[in-house]
Amino acid sequence: MKTRKRSNVPIFWLLFGAGGMMAALFGPVLVFITGIAVPLGLLLPKNTMSYENMLAFSQNFIGKGFIFAVIFLLSWHAAHRIFHELHGIGIHQGAVAKLLTYGVAFIVSLIAAAILLGLGF
Amino acid sequence: MPEQKIIEIEVLRYLPEADQAPHSEVYKVPFTDDMSVLQGVQYIKDNLDGSLTFRWSCRMAICGSCGMMINGIPKLSCETFIRDYYPKRITVEALANFPIEKDLVVDLSGFIEKLESIQPYIIPKEPRTVEQGEYIQTPAQFAEYIQFTSCINCTLCYAACPQVGLDPDFIGPGAMALLHRYNMDSRDGGQAQRMELVASVEGVYNCGAVGYCSEVCPKKVNPGNAVNINKINAAKDYFLRFLSPKGGAK
Repeated sequence: MKTRKRSNVPIFWLLFGAGGMMAALFGPVLVFITGIAVPLGLLLPKNTMSYENMLAFSQNFIGKGFIFAVIFLLSWHAAHRIFHELHGIGIHQGAVAKLLTYGVAFIVSLIAAAILLGLGF
Repeated sequence: MPEQKIIEIEVLRYLPEADQAPHSEVYKVPFTDDMSVLQGVQYIKDNLDGSLTFRWSCRMAICGSCGMMINGIPKLSCETFIRDYYPKRITVEALANFPIEKDLVVDLSGFIEKLESIQPYIIPKEPRTVEQGEYIQTPAQFAEYIQFTSCINCTLCYAACPQVGLDPDFIGPGAMALLHRYNMDSRDGGQAQRMELVASVEGVYNCGAVGYCSEVCPKKVNPGNAVNINKINAAKDYFLRFLSPKGGAK
């Protein structure tokens, strides 16, 4: 029987799956709060997203974790999807495609982590 | 007597030894409302051009040999009726994503190899002697896998799969459905052996979850579901193999 090489995709696939879950659970409501409700002054108090509030949110342990999880997982989700769509339209899975997708997600994750940690607790 | 209706059938013809590339030929076929596309193609062979080559056997959607691209969609030609296309022209081509052997006949050897590679037979958990009697299975255990036994190896799902088209080494939907059928059988203990293939670079992660395979399946096997369940199984195997005493599949 021929020996087969184990695929490393499970790592990326699980990040993709977790990101998809985050996007489905929090994506629409985040768009609503940050893009519609707060700018238009609907439902929520005017100062919901004021600098002080947001800073406090991102200095809180849970808030920091939430912001990181959303940015980290959604960017890996997007990277995996774009990588596979590139393959689908005939741009094949070379190092360049990997760098442009997973590489970008990696850098975005690093920047998010650095900024969030830099804001202190 | 009502007037005889005529349908135009455009057939993709190809003889690799003689032709540079496949080309189309149009035939005018008289038909009745009970005629399938397969019968239309048979009419061409019997009356218009005896050299037209295609596979068929049962005429009742159970042998799986008469699959063709009909107006670009993979279908069994025996259960596709001419009346549903009339008065428009019907286009008939060899199944997509396979090399053409001649006209509408495709080379299935790659698929057969994949079928063999999944070990499509029960690998007993505990071998039993004749004296020990038969394997007992409850209706609930039977229900776990029965859906996946309905595959007739017609390969319509391979013709539908964009990933098979991009990478012919991908194990593909049909073989994965059958692999899942054996894995889910309570008498079978071969899941770990089959995991090497499932988790390999030729395995389930080539799937882009398009789901067209399940849509075209004439037996409602839902191979896409089998592939996606095995993505979860392969992911578990990938991470849990470090915890398993046997080290999981290689």
